[in-house]
Amino acid sequence: MSKKNESLGKTLFVVIALCLVCSIIVAGAAVGLKPLQVKNAALDMQRNVLDAAGLLEPSTDVVAVFNDRVDTRLVNLNTLEYVEQVDGKSPTDYDPIAAAKKPGMGTKLEKSNDIAGIGAREDVTKLYFINDENGNLETVVLFIRGYGLWGTMYGLLALESDMNTIRGINFYEHSETPGLGGEIQNPQWVASWQGKEVYGDEMETVQIDVTKNVTSEEHDIDALSGATLTSNGVENTFQYWFSDKAYGPLLEKIRKGELGNG
Amino acid sequence: MASAKEVKEVLFGPIFANNPIALQILGICSALAVTSKMENTVVMCLALTLVTAFSNLFISVIRNHIPSSVRIIVQMTIIASLVIVVDEILRAYAYSIAKELSVFVGLIITNCIVMGRAEAYAMKSPPMLSFLDGIGNGLGYSVVLLTVGFIRELFGSGSLFGYQILALASEGGWYQPIGLLVLPPSAFFIIGGFIWVLRTFRTEQVEPKE
Repeated sequence: MSKKNESLGKTLFVVIALCLVCSIIVAGAAVGLKPLQVKNAALDMQRNVLDAAGLLEPSTDVVAVFNDRVDTRLVNLNTLEYVEQVDGKSPTDYDPIAAAKKPGMGTKLEKSNDIAGIGAREDVTKLYFINDENGNLETVVLFIRGYGLWGTMYGLLALESDMNTIRGINFYEHSETPGLGGEIQNPQWVASWQGKEVYGDEMETVQIDVTKNVTSEEHDIDALSGATLTSNGVENTFQYWFSDKAYGPLLEKIRKGELGNG
Repeated sequence: MASAKEVKEVLFGPIFANNPIALQILGICSALAVTSKMENTVVMCLALTLVTAFSNLFISVIRNHIPSSVRIIVQMTIIASLVIVVDEILRAYAYSIAKELSVFVGLIITNCIVMGRAEAYAMKSPPMLSFLDGIGNGLGYSVVLLTVGFIRELFGSGSLFGYQILALASEGGWYQPIGLLVLPPSAFFIIGGFIWVLRTFRTEQVEPKE
C-alpha cells in the first residue's frame, strides 16, 4: 500500500475503471441472458394459466397442453370486439398489465371508480379460452388484480363456460405478508373458491363476498384470518373486475354467445 | 507459489476447524431463510461459494491498487456485480428456484462471509490462495447449510429434494411432520446443535470461561 494509492487522481481512476468494468459485465449478463429469461417468464405465465384452470399436474407438459387446448385472444373492453393485435404485438406477446399505464392503451380511473386500487385499466385485455378434448369451450381465464395490504395482487381467474361459476383462482404475484395475507396462495384456500358463483341469479350484481361469516354456499369465501385488508382487497378486486366497468359486459356477451369466434 | 500444506489448510480449514458459521457466526441470516428445502439450499450454497471465490479472486488481483479510503466500496461493487450476474444466470436457467431465492440471492451482497473474507483475507493474499479461500469458506458455509436443510426438509416435510421419503400422515402414511422445522426459527436450534456437536469433538473451539 504505497502512498501513491491514496492520491485523489489514483482513487478516482480506480473507482471509475472499476465501475466501467463492472457495469460492462453486469450489462453483458443482463442482455445476453435476456432471451432465455423472457422465455422462462412466458412459460411461467402459461403454467399459471393452467394452474388457475385446474389443469396443472406435476407431470403436465405445459407447452403441449397450452398449444393444444388454449386459445389466447385479445378483446377490446370498450367495443367488446376481438382485436388481432395491439401496438404491433400479437396475443402471445401482449401484456395487458403493462398496457394499462401506457398512454393510448389504458384509461386512468377516477378515484371514486377505482375500487380495486389499480390506478388505470387497460383498453384491451387478454383472455385465455380453454377447450376440452372435443374442442368445446370449457374455461375462460381472465386477468384480475387489486390492491391488498402492501401492494397489488396479480391473479388469474378461471370461469366455467357459464361465465359465472369459478373453476379456480391463482394469485401468481403479490407482496402480502407471508403466513397471513400470503395465504392467498394456500392450496386449501384456493380450493375453497371452486364452484362459487360470481353473480347472483340475475347475473347483475357481483355477489362474491370474502367474509368471516360465511352464510351463502354459492357466493361466500371464508376470509383469511389475520389478513383482513388482504381479504378486503380480494373482494374489491372482484367488485371492480366483474362490474359493468370492466369484464361485466364482456362476460354478458360471451354468455349470450355473441362474441363469436372472431 | 504457496506450499501444498498451505493450500490444503486454506481450502479445507474453514470446513470444520474454522467454520464461518459455526465458529465465526457469520452469514447465519441466509442459513435460516433458505434451508427449508434441499433444492434451494444447494443452489444457495453454490451461489455463495462462487461469489465468495470470485470476489476474493478479483479483489486480490487488484489489491495493490485499491486506495484504502474507498476499499469497502470497491469490494462492495465487485461483490454486487457478481451477485447480479449470478441472479441473472439463475433467472435464465433455473427460473422457479430463482423466483423463490431471488431475495436471498440479492442478500448475498450483504452476507458477512463474502465481505469478511474479502476484507480479512483477499486484501492481503495472492489471487490463487484467495480464490481457494473463497471456495473453502463457501464449503464451510455449505456443510452447515446442507446439514440444516437435510434435517429440516426430511423431518419437516418428509421429503428430500422434493421426493417423498417418509409417508406423511395427512396422505395416509405414518409420519407426522414436525411443523416447527418448516419455519425459519428452527434453523437456529439446528445450527446451535451443530455448534454443540462440533465443539464436543473440537474442544479447542470452546471459548474460555469469562
